[in-house]
Amino acid sequence: MSASAQNLSAQYPVPVEPPVIDPAVIDPRTPVRSGSTRGKLGPVSVGTPLLDAPPAIAKVGLDDICLSYKTESGERLLALDRINLEVKPGEFACIVGPSGCGKSTLLHLIAGLHQQTSGRILIDGKPVQGTGTDRILIFQEHGLFPWLTVGGNVEFGMKMKGLSKAEREEKTRYYLRLVHLGKFKDSYIHQLSGGMRQRVAIARALATEPDVLLMDEPFAALDAQTRDLLHDELERIWSETGRTIIFVTHNVREAIRLGDRVVLLSFRPGRVKSEFQIDLPRPRHLEDANVARVAREILGELREEINRSLEVEYNEGAKPHVEVGAEA
Amino acid sequence: MKRAARFIVFYAGLLGLWTLLAELKIWPPYLFPTPWGVGQALYAGFQDHSYWIAIRVSMERVLIGYAISVVLGMILGLGVASNKFLEETMGGLLVSLQSLPSICWWPLALLWFGLNQNAILFVVVMGSLLSVTLAMEDGRKQMPKIFGMAGRNLGASGFKLFWYVLLPASLPFIVSGLKQGWAFAWRSLITAEMLYLSLGLGQVLMMGRDLNDMSAVIAVMILIIAIGYVVDGVVFKGMERRLQHKWGLTAAT
Repeated sequence: MSASAQNLSAQYPVPVEPPVIDPAVIDPRTPVRSGSTRGKLGPVSVGTPLLDAPPAIAKVGLDDICLSYKTESGERLLALDRINLEVKPGEFACIVGPSGCGKSTLLHLIAGLHQQTSGRILIDGKPVQGTGTDRILIFQEHGLFPWLTVGGNVEFGMKMKGLSKAEREEKTRYYLRLVHLGKFKDSYIHQLSGGMRQRVAIARALATEPDVLLMDEPFAALDAQTRDLLHDELERIWSETGRTIIFVTHNVREAIRLGDRVVLLSFRPGRVKSEFQIDLPRPRHLEDANVARVAREILGELREEINRSLEVEYNEGAKPHVEVGAEA
Repeated sequence: MKRAARFIVFYAGLLGLWTLLAELKIWPPYLFPTPWGVGQALYAGFQDHSYWIAIRVSMERVLIGYAISVVLGMILGLGVASNKFLEETMGGLLVSLQSLPSICWWPLALLWFGLNQNAILFVVVMGSLLSVTLAMEDGRKQMPKIFGMAGRNLGASGFKLFWYVLLPASLPFIVSGLKQGWAFAWRSLITAEMLYLSLGLGQVLMMGRDLNDMSAVIAVMILIIAIGYVVDGVVFKGMERRLQHKWGLTAAT
């Protein structure tokens, strides 16, 4: 083994063997915090000095985001209405809302895959335009490339960044082990189960070392057991890597299970209806009594929106359901 | 094994029938040669290297012409697929142009390029360009949108996005179009070569006609078929198999 290779493997330790992983080694931009204390800290960034950003600056800031578009019948539809939201560095924020409220669309806007009609998206306080590898989106249908192997998929973002082959291989190995898929580097996507595919998608997103992970109902298509397992893994990965996560779901319990905060969007136009700070200790479980209690509270509000959405849909009758995210 | 047996029976029967008809001498041998005569013509052609040269020249031309078609066709197809104006205007024109046999371009090609290789290449390109363009247009539309989004999301843009994402993502949808384009390119080439004296398989075939040597004509016809078959079987079938393996498709695309 050459000197440089040794150096690399020291930088990317195998997650299963050494018990402590310093997230700052993986990405020096993110603040260092221990995973075990995270749940008790509550709203973490308040008063906590961060490495290079003053604590007042949000990792992701949404400033009066509006999105409207023309339906096929020619009328303008307001999909998102003055969304204001701040997500702190290292925070796990969940967005819930009835289907059609624009929560996935909002994630696409943050990812830069679509352009908002007005308003600004700020990362570390600076407005951003278009896509950027500082925020990576994980799709519900995983969006993995079937012409590449698992390793090729994980490597993709790094290749686009122009990383050297040795560095790419080292990191690919590291992130595949992080999601427990070390042995599947040379498999093709169709050979994996749904849960494994989502884990590859997570590894692929992490491998570009983004500050922000945007997750668009990533576990919605999975069976309950696989989903439970991936909740545990995502929580572990989050505490090991210190990423900021914005997680969209229609499942309130899932949001409470994972999030530091749950943001409820209203139905058409999508507005921030209310926010809930979740201070339950981690690790949580979907079936915890506390989770159920908070879920009841949030569901009460969500129910109103769902009823409104159903009403609108019944009244509209045959009017086509237009989703901006599916346009381009 | 059974399949091979059926194969042998079929082709043996075909050869037998041919031999029988030839041996009955209903037509003079120079009009209806025996399989043996064709075999001898093939042997002689390879022996004096004229067939080798013809194959090399023809393959070179078809490869250049086809390569131009593929590159141009992909650019055109992507353009038509991603631009509403182009799609409405050029889309229809492309489909209607496909009903025009490529050899109709020959008189124009002669005037524009002169009596040389470029005129032949032009006809080859016109023969296969439309297939590739239409296939690419269709492939770009059929390709799931999520691949393009995922690619952009991971930092690919411009040429990188095309080369590393859009092209491989649309490949299963365009491979049959590429195959059709190849077949058209090969046909257009042989037709053009028959009209214009030059080296190449088309010309060797016409030489057989001029010498009233039907054995040679049939020998070259067999060569043309064989090359088409081999390219299809080796290049395109291989490509399809690789795609099926990677994408996990069971049926041929």
